Order: sequence, then C-alpha cells, then structure tokens
Amino acid sequence: MPEPPSHRLPEPDRPWMMRTYAGHSDARRSNELYRKNLEKGQTGLSIAFDLPTQTGYDPDHELAKGEVGKVGVSIAHKGDMETLLDGIPLDQMNTSMTINATAAWLLALYIVAAEDQGVPEDKLQGTTQNDILKEYLSRGTYAFPPGPSMRLIADTIAYTVEHVPKWNPINICSYHLQEAGATPIQEIAFTMSNAIAVLDAVKQRVPQELMGSVFGRISFFVNAGVRFIEEHAKLRAMAILWDELGRERYGVEDEKHRRLRYGVQVNSLGLTEAQPENNVYRIALEALAVTLGRNARARAIQLPAWNEALGLPRPWDQQWSLRLQQILAYETDLLEYPDIFEGSKVMDGLVEELLEGAREEMHRVAELGGAVEAVDYMKAALVESHRQRWQRIESGDQIAVGMNKFTSTEPSPLTAGADGGILVVDPEIEAERRAAVEEWRAERDQAAVDAALARLAETARNDHENIMPATIAAARAGATTGEWTQTLREAFGEYRAPTGVGEAVAAASEDLAEVREEVERISEALGRRLKFLVGKPGLDGHSNGAEQIAVRARDAGMDVVYEGIRLTPSQIATSAAQEGVHVVGLSILSGSHRELIPAVMEALREAGAGDVPVVVGGIIPEADAASLREAGIAAVYTPKDWNLNGMMRDIISLVAERHGLQSAVGA
Amino acid sequence: MIRARAVADGRELGRRLRDRDLTAASAALNLIESRAPDALAQAAALLAEVSPASLGGEASGHIVGVTGPPGVGKSSLLSRLVAHWRSQGRSVAVLAVDPSSRRSGGSLLGDRARIDTDPKDRAVFIRSTAAGSRLGGLAPATRAAAEALAAAFDVVVIETVGVGQSETEIADAADTVAVVLQPASGDVLQFLKAGIMEVPDVLVLTKTDLGAVATRAMVDLRAALLALGASSTEVCAVSSVPPATGIAELAQALDAHRAALDLPDRRRRARRRHALENFAIEHGERGLRALGGRVQAERWLNDQDPDLAVPELERALVDHAGSLG
Repeated sequence: MPEPPSHRLPEPDRPWMMRTYAGHSDARRSNELYRKNLEKGQTGLSIAFDLPTQTGYDPDHELAKGEVGKVGVSIAHKGDMETLLDGIPLDQMNTSMTINATAAWLLALYIVAAEDQGVPEDKLQGTTQNDILKEYLSRGTYAFPPGPSMRLIADTIAYTVEHVPKWNPINICSYHLQEAGATPIQEIAFTMSNAIAVLDAVKQRVPQELMGSVFGRISFFVNAGVRFIEEHAKLRAMAILWDELGRERYGVEDEKHRRLRYGVQVNSLGLTEAQPENNVYRIALEALAVTLGRNARARAIQLPAWNEALGLPRPWDQQWSLRLQQILAYETDLLEYPDIFEGSKVMDGLVEELLEGAREEMHRVAELGGAVEAVDYMKAALVESHRQRWQRIESGDQIAVGMNKFTSTEPSPLTAGADGGILVVDPEIEAERRAAVEEWRAERDQAAVDAALARLAETARNDHENIMPATIAAARAGATTGEWTQTLREAFGEYRAPTGVGEAVAAASEDLAEVREEVERISEALGRRLKFLVGKPGLDGHSNGAEQIAVRARDAGMDVVYEGIRLTPSQIATSAAQEGVHVVGLSILSGSHRELIPAVMEALREAGAGDVPVVVGGIIPEADAASLREAGIAAVYTPKDWNLNGMMRDIISLVAERHGLQSAVGA
Repeated sequence: MIRARAVADGRELGRRLRDRDLTAASAALNLIESRAPDALAQAAALLAEVSPASLGGEASGHIVGVTGPPGVGKSSLLSRLVAHWRSQGRSVAVLAVDPSSRRSGGSLLGDRARIDTDPKDRAVFIRSTAAGSRLGGLAPATRAAAEALAAAFDVVVIETVGVGQSETEIADAADTVAVVLQPASGDVLQFLKAGIMEVPDVLVLTKTDLGAVATRAMVDLRAALLALGASSTEVCAVSSVPPATGIAELAQALDAHRAALDLPDRRRRARRRHALENFAIEHGERGLRALGGRVQAERWLNDQDPDLAVPELERALVDHAGSLG
C-alpha cells in the first residue's frame, strides 16, 4: 500500500466527546433532560449540580435557601443519584461531574448507583472536577481548609487509580482562572503550579510505581477566549510543560502518560448581555481555538449557550450549542488532517513567548512555597488582571462589539418570547426537595447511618487512612450530602478564602478623579467617609464582579466593607447595621435573587437598617429587575452595565439624595 | 457648603449606652466617627454621658487590646474568645482596625468576616475601621469608641495589626494588652529583646497544634521574658483549630490582669493622653507652645478633675491655652 501523503491522515480522527453542561431542579427532571440530550447525538454526560450540593448542604439547610435546583440538579443521597442515572447504562456512559469540595462524596454516590445497576466500579468512566485551589481563587464552592482539601483530592486519586482505573479523578481547571481575569500566561502558570501541588500531595499517598498511572489520569479543564490564535498557542504551551513536568519532576517514562488530556468549556466571561445573538459567533471562534491544531485538540467539549449572560439556558439553547460542535466535527474537514500548525513560525513564536512567561510565573509561585501557600498571591494577581481588563473595556482600548462599540441595534426577536429567552426554574422545587429529604431521613435505617458517619469521622481524623471506603459505606447506608460534609467540617474546620481585593492597585483615570472628588465632597457633608457594603448573599461563589466593584469603590475613596462570598441575609444585615454603612450593594449570579434579595431586605429591617438604600447587580432578567425595583431596590445592574465609574456615580448620588444632599455627578 | 440633614442626639445615645442598650452602639459610633462641626458637639455630649463623672465610676467594661503581626491567627483566636465570653453571658464589642492602608482616601475593610459569630446574637457587636495615618495606628475615633462602648458592653476588644509601635499605642487605649504570636515569629522575639517593643500584659502563642515547633517557641519566649526580668508576664498557649485549646485559660489570664490593675489610674492617664493628643492634632505645635510645652501641659492635666471625659478635658486645655496666651 502506498504511503499516505503527509498532509492528510490515513483516515479521519474520531470526534471529541460532545457534552452539554446540564442539570436543574431534581433528579427526575434532569434524567429526562439527559435522555433527550443523548438522543440528540450528545456522546457524554456533564452533570451540573446545584450550589447546595456543591458546597455540601442539604436542601433544608438555611444556606440552601433560594439555591435549590437553580444552577444544577440537587442530589442529596444515593436515591437521588439512582434516579438521575436511571436508564443510562453506566458501563458505557462517560460522565463528567462538576463537583469539587464534595467530589469524594458524589463519586461515592456514583459508584453506589452503578452497583445498583449491577455495574462494578472498575468499569466506570468519567471525571470528577475535584480541583479545590481554583475554588479558592475563583469559583468559591469550597468547604474545607486547604490542608484537608488536598488530602481529599489525594485520597480520591489514590482510590481511583487502584479501583476505578478508567476514571479521571481530577480535572485541574484553568477555566475559572480565565473567568477571574487571568492572562494566558497566568492561566498556564497557575494551572501547572496547581497540578504540581496535587501531584506532590498524591506522591505521599501512593506507591512510587503507581505515579506513572497517576500522572496519566490527571486531566485538565481549560478555557478558550475569543483571541483564538493565541488561545490555541496557550494549549500547545501547556502540552509542552506537562510533558516536561512528567519527565523531569515525576520521572514518568511512558510517553502516553505524559500527554496533556483536556476537556473544555469555552469562555463565558466574554459573552455579552448586549446583542446576545453575537455570542454565537464568539462561541464558534472559541471552539476553533481548542480544535484547530491536532497536537493540542480537546478530548471533550461543552459549549456555553448564547444567552448565558441573560440567565439559565433552555434545552433549545443548549441544543443550538451542541449543533455547533456537530457541524464542526461532522460537516467540516477539520478531522482529516495532521496538525495544521506544524512548522508555523507564528505559532511556534507565540508558544515560545507564552512558555517563557509561564515558566517565570511558575518560578514565582514555587518560591512562595507552591500553589497552596501562594493562594493569596495568585488571588490578588487575578483581581488585578481583571481590574486591568475592565479598565481597557471602559476606556475603549479593548473592543466588545455591541457592548462598548457598535451599540446601535434592532430589537432582538430571540429575547422577545414570554420567557425572556431563558429557563426559569419552578420555585416550588425547593419546597418539594425539602420535603423529600426529610422523608428520606425518616425512612432509612438510622442506626446504620449513624454508625457509618461515626466511622467516617474516625477516618477523617486519621490522616493516614483513605477517606473513600468510609465515604462509600456512608453513601450505601443512606447518609445525605449535608451529613457527609458536616461530619468532615467538624473534623477539618471551615475556611474562608482570601478575597484578593486588598492588594489590587488603584486605578488612575481622569474620569475617576472626578468621581473621587465627589466622594470627598459628600463624605465631608456626611461628616464621615461614605461607607459601602458589598455583599454576596447565598451560596454563589462567583465573586469576580463583586470584587471589581469593591476595588473600584475603594479607588473612588469610599470605605468599603467586603466580606467575601457565602453570607446569609442576616449576616449581611448585621454587618450593614453594625458598620453604619450608607449604602448596600448585593451581587447574585446564581439566579436566586428572587428569594435572597427580599430576604436581605427583611433582615435589614429587622436589624434596624431598613432605611439604608440597596442596589443589586447580577444576572437578572428584566422582568425580575422591575419587580425588585418595586420592592424598594434602588437600582439593578446587569452585565450590560459595564461602566463601573458610572455605577459609582449612581451610588454617590443615591446616598446624597437619601441624606438630603445635592450631588453634582448623579445621572 | 452642603450639609447633611439631621445629626443624632448625642446625649440620648449616651444615656442609652449607660442603660446598656446595645442597639445604640452603631449610631453612637456613627456620631463619634463624624467630623462634621455639629456632630462634634453631639459626640462630646455623648462621651460626657458615659464619663466616670456621669457613671459614678469608671465604665465597667473590660477594654482588651489584641495585637500582633499579620497571619498569626488573631481572627480565629477572636472567634473562639468571643464564643467563650458569650458562653459566660458576657456581651462583647470588637473594634477591628483594618491594616490596609488608605489609598485615594478609600479603604477595604474585610476583617470582620474572619471573626466567626452568630449574626442573630445582638450581644456581639463588630465594627471595622480604617487604621490611622500610620500602619497599625489608632484613629482618635477608635479610642473614643472604646471608651463609649465600655459603658454598655462587658468586653470591648480593640484588634490591630502590627508589631513595634502599635502595642504602645494600644496600651494607651486598652486596660489589658495581649500580643499574639505564632511559633517561629523570630522577629517579634528580637523586638522584645531589643526593647523596641514593650512587654505586653499577656502574651499569646497561637497554633500550638503544630507540636514540636510550638513547644520550642514557648521555651524561647519564656527565656526571653526571664532575661528581661518579666517572668511574671502570663504566656498563654492556644490552638484555634478544632478541638480548640487554651481559650478559657487565656480569658482567665485577661481577667486576672484586669483584677490586679489600678483601673481608674490607667484609664485616667489614658484620657489625659488622648485629650492632649487630640489637642495637638487640632492646634499643632503652636497650641502646645501656648500650653507651655507638652510636659507642662501633662502636669496641668494631672490637676484636673479625674472623671472628665476626653472632649471636656480638651475644652479645658483650649481654655487654659487661651488664658495663658
């Protein structure tokens, strides 16, 4: 047979795994959705859990209020997991679970649900995200302090390498770093440093001869922005560094084990609320970043929907994104060629540039004692990068089409429907779920659960024992997500991650100088400095926006009280009352604003601070915004309000007005 | 100039604090922090209401200064201490002085989040304030706030960050000063030995769950205190990670210090220093000269009514300077 030409593959590659990040409400409704998605040609599952499940609270916990079934499915015990996967053959399915603090628990539930189907654990394929450092840095669904969290990760890796060999126990995420504002260099460097921290921790817990397979099971979850050439170079650079790391630091001999394997969800940060239909093009270009060059192509892809900046996507929106993947894989000739960038001077140059910067940054993190020790440094660096990004958008140096340029538009028919173009989760779900978990607790063998949790507590206290067997036993006995996590919280303690806002440098712009003067003027008239509380109620950990507001308000001369994420309405109200703030700003991106904002207002009244004006920011559909304003919220900001100085002006004039002062800068 | 609408009634707020109405704390601090001219008068009225003259003695609350370098675990320690005090039925106010330097006049205050309390417990009050002009420096309003809150709360904590200058300054505002250290805070040991830092009333060593390192640190501390002739200084070893240890012992050591203290004398001297410092801020070198210099002024203050509040002493200083000039 003649040699095939070097510019063609002998036969086309198999497409990557196609998934849709999906799940909402309860296990039954999500199971229906999964079956429909699989029918449409999706080849793997990607489970979105709700925030209580991700942070380890049962649906009836105080902190779960307003969040149950919102950004994903609520899973409280093995019964839920069995319903969720009902009729989906787990010996064939490849399931990715976006789960971190409670990853060991959800993996245990998955194993138990498979047992129920008669599938042994060594047949299971899939991924648990299980990356805690990026939760501290960006996403916020952590539960335990760094030390015990790293132990849980190491334990799940050690367990799966032996018992669930086809499982990817951790998906180290660069994705959320980019969402938090990381530059490509930071994204590469922080992710690789994170991987080193994980591998160093596992090294203590598995025999050296298994390190090759451990290294081979580590996968990545990356992001791709719209600068798709550079983004592709970023992935090639990561592949080079990963190979190097395996060879040099961990002595991994098998080349296959050193290959960078990654899944991807492309960028959400760059998706706009203004003219949201344009997001479809952005998503398509971003998909090219992770597929164009064969040497650094994604193993699995899930694409966001066009309307993510508006609210939760509907099944139809997700179908539209899946079709994009299918067109790319099945209609175009993408999969017929070897790597199309091989020998490209431009690509090689870009990769070299990124490698150099990333190595330098990795060195800095190593000098600080590694990624766990350097969380404060990395967090502050991300907040600072994000601040610079916003400043470029505000100044017009960075163009966002439809948002800060080319803004004149026809009304979009896509958002004209009765639902506003988004999915609204039935508010009755929460009550249903509360009742269901109570019923579950009443009907199970309580003595067995107590014994399993006691055994778990004992294991947690003994650092040398692997947490997985006791966790699986607790899952089998019928323990709940909240009980598993609470047992570990008692053993490990709780944790608040750094907010990173203290270190960000002050922005300098003429526009801001004017705002600053006005803050001085109003502060003088008030007698003390204008004091502003920025609060994040609920379990939503997406704090990037709130952090930018806090930093900008500080730069404008305000005293800003910012306490980080995951606060109850009564904590926020107590802070507002005790701190004597002039205004409160709340940020919610999880869709729970309808429940949480009225709860904060009520708590403010109870704490004697009912007269303090409240503004709200987040992913808030217009219909909800109107009713919030009716309920007394002074202003509602959404992603289309990208001008932070403008927001500062509004806040100043709001305070001035409430105190009978005149402001010169107000709208 | 533009003016804010209503200024709170200082006398009324002072009375409420005297009656141990904890819900008055926030409004009282709003007033004390205010620099508006009509607010200053109301703040003076408030402080007069809680002065020893009005109370018939020193305010009964225990003002505790807690200070130490960043990262030694002050907030975790405070979480445990506050819980301990609450379990004894004592009300607690915490004035958290945030170290983040002011930039462009603004500041970020986030420390309160690190102190873990029940938000519905109205007998715990936390207020964050930006530091004074220097790192770790106390703003004049913080001292006045502590004095006022001591009339209503059983314990008032002033939490600051820093080593060297700050505990001297906090000693002027607090009845009892606790310096918090962690194992391997070698620099602090050096400061102590070199006399850069005064020996505090209570030394707290955190993170004793670290084992051998902590034991070693304890031995070093005791040796240093012995060399300084301060072997009677309490050293408390605590661990704030579950299960917490040493917290009750620390609370006891703080109480013991206060019991052995000539409280009226310490408070009186503090008020005089505050008055003189506030006067110097307001009237500068020229004002001090008019009083015949700092030492003369201190002497003169020693002869004044010991039970006056700081603003009253300040006013007396102004009058005195006028009569001399």
